[in-house]
Amino acid sequence: MSATTTSPESNQVSAPSPVELTPDDYRRSLLGSTLQSVLAVLVALFLGGLLIAATDETVRESAGYFFARPGDTFTAMWDAASSAYIAMFHGAVYNPDGSGLAGKLYPLTETLTVATPLILAGLGVALAFRTGLFNIGAQGQILIGATLAGYVGFAWQLPVGVHLLVVVVAGALGGAIWGGVVGLIKARTGAHEVILTIMLNYIAINLVSWLLTLSTFQREGSSNPISPPIAETAMFPKLLGDGFRLHWGFVVAVVATVAVAWLLNRSTIGFELRAVGANPRAARTAGISVTKGFVVVMLIAGMLAGLAGTAQIAGTEHSLTVGVAASFGFDAITVALLGRSKPWGTFFAGILYGAFRAGGVTMQTSTGTNIDIVLVVQSLIVLFVALPPLLKLKSRRKEVAA
Amino acid sequence: MTPRYSRALSAIALTGAAGLVLAGCGAAPEESSGGESEAQDFKGCIVSDDGGFQDRSFNQASYEGLKAVEEKRQIQVKEAESQAETEFEPNLNSMAQEGCDLTVSVGFLLADTTKKVAEANPDKHFAIVDDQSIKADNVKPIVYNTAEAAFLAGYLAAGASETGKVATYGGMDIPTVTVFMDGFADGVDYYNEQKNADVEVLGWDKESQNGTFLTSFQDSSRAKTVTQNLIGDGADVVLPVAGQAAQGTVDAVTEANNGGDNVRLIWPDTDGYETLDTGKEYVLTSVLKEMSTSVEDVVDQAVDGDFDSGLYVGTLANEGVGLAPYHDQQDSVNEELDKEVQQLKQDIIDGKVKVESENAPKA
Repeated sequence: MSATTTSPESNQVSAPSPVELTPDDYRRSLLGSTLQSVLAVLVALFLGGLLIAATDETVRESAGYFFARPGDTFTAMWDAASSAYIAMFHGAVYNPDGSGLAGKLYPLTETLTVATPLILAGLGVALAFRTGLFNIGAQGQILIGATLAGYVGFAWQLPVGVHLLVVVVAGALGGAIWGGVVGLIKARTGAHEVILTIMLNYIAINLVSWLLTLSTFQREGSSNPISPPIAETAMFPKLLGDGFRLHWGFVVAVVATVAVAWLLNRSTIGFELRAVGANPRAARTAGISVTKGFVVVMLIAGMLAGLAGTAQIAGTEHSLTVGVAASFGFDAITVALLGRSKPWGTFFAGILYGAFRAGGVTMQTSTGTNIDIVLVVQSLIVLFVALPPLLKLKSRRKEVAA
Repeated sequence: MTPRYSRALSAIALTGAAGLVLAGCGAAPEESSGGESEAQDFKGCIVSDDGGFQDRSFNQASYEGLKAVEEKRQIQVKEAESQAETEFEPNLNSMAQEGCDLTVSVGFLLADTTKKVAEANPDKHFAIVDDQSIKADNVKPIVYNTAEAAFLAGYLAAGASETGKVATYGGMDIPTVTVFMDGFADGVDYYNEQKNADVEVLGWDKESQNGTFLTSFQDSSRAKTVTQNLIGDGADVVLPVAGQAAQGTVDAVTEANNGGDNVRLIWPDTDGYETLDTGKEYVLTSVLKEMSTSVEDVVDQAVDGDFDSGLYVGTLANEGVGLAPYHDQQDSVNEELDKEVQQLKQDIIDGKVKVESENAPKA
């Protein structure tokens, strides 16, 4: 699926009812060009900058005498926005005040750490998108993956090496079960995957909160809803030594990206999945089992999200709480969207979102800019990624009217 | 774009522009340098849990404590709101890197990370609210024996109840919540003992540690249903220990009063009469957890260079916990009952009456 298919001519051919958004349009918005993604990010950052400036106190003060000395307002606006973004850059990529090269590059490793679960879960969402399924359930899949990985991590005693391996398998299995159930129900009954995944998210979060009220999942002598820390043997080793949070989970994310790219573009299963995504009826006619495709893709998507949960447990958090998944499962949807549902696109989109999250921390502490700005920029990106097909719809309406 | 639509748009634009012109007509200040007051180079910092600093509860109260010191002593303040639990560690690390002399972590959820970051930064000081699991020379735990104040609230509720039934419920089944409920239930029991009365507590059984809970501190619609059920069962005083979700109780109590019942509520953590937007007239009293005062004290001491890592337990005796004034409900608390509550408070301080809860922090 390349960018050339987004031209309006081909739209006219494939769209039966010209005033409605067809499923094709949605799919195109997921698979549009890289240029669109880059533009969306730039425009969102610009608007975010305006917002930072508008909420800045110095700007508001100087706007009070705008006509007496307009230069002040513009200087203040520039200062507010640029200092916030510079702080973000310092927190996400390179900190010039850090001690030694290690201190200077610490932010970059933070970015990659935060990006790890986003990439893994994003791949799961992207893969499902390519098969024509809207997998909103990454959040639940991460949680269940984290729960299984966490339980194996703190309750079992196994030798070094084996333990971590079992934890990773348990996490992947947990996610695969939670995702596979969706594929199975959809294949058997035709129930819509969006409803199924949303509902399973609720079940997952409530299941985890309930488990955390059981003494098996609590620490000795405490009834707080937080599990015991996992054993040392169950943790991902640090990639760059103890001074950094970056762990081997990131390597898992890279390997997963390569694997998904191979699966989609080189393997028979991948070809079948893409065929199901492009046109289920044609795929069925060609002898591809559509229902099997649904089950397979949801198993793999869930497994990837489960690995994201494992990265959280074995990599950074080390104990299970209801908040262990943060909002990664939902961010993963936007990551896949920005990455146009391509494996490497998702990879880099995940790193970008990781940079936003890591940089947002420094931006908040050093310039006092509200952390919600980061959320606004992220949401604007999604808006601009989804905007082109909407504009197309409008122009099509005009043509119909004329 | 239709003409009518564009006319409306230009009207809006015109209004906006007019507003800008009017707003921008002030005189420019003289450009001057100097005159800045000498600021302390002490850096006091705070990291919230995922509730944020506007939660009308413990994050906000702790934040206000730090802000009070900023006002008073001109210290530098850095703040970080955690949007999710995964941000605790980056936020705390960032504070240490920014050179914070004292960092306040709000909530037991931050305990693991605070411990880790404190170990990695032995020259920096930390304080943590609502947790006492960390034993380190540079970490000060701040906890509250809320059961004592809730005990008074239970006694007061039992005395003020007309139906002979009072109720409580929690946002989640965690010790910082159930400690309120334990104290409340015991206060009612104590009243029954003293007065040979038979006031019943709905929503919590201290013996079995079973009771009514929501699924989160945000679920105010469920809180409303729960409260309506409790009122339906006959309760006329309700203590919701449910953070933001307790707004649902305010709504249910307001509706019950509009329907002719006389139902009151007891607000947890802060003085509900001051923090609530509506329904404050039904606040009988509040079970106060004076987090802003204690955080202020701890930061104050640290600025003076007197940081110590000793456990701080807020009690009735050191005014770390207490009961708020009755405000609009003054008339429904007769003088005798008020006197008894004051006496009871003194008795608890003197140790004549023991308040015990397995959920209370141990000194």
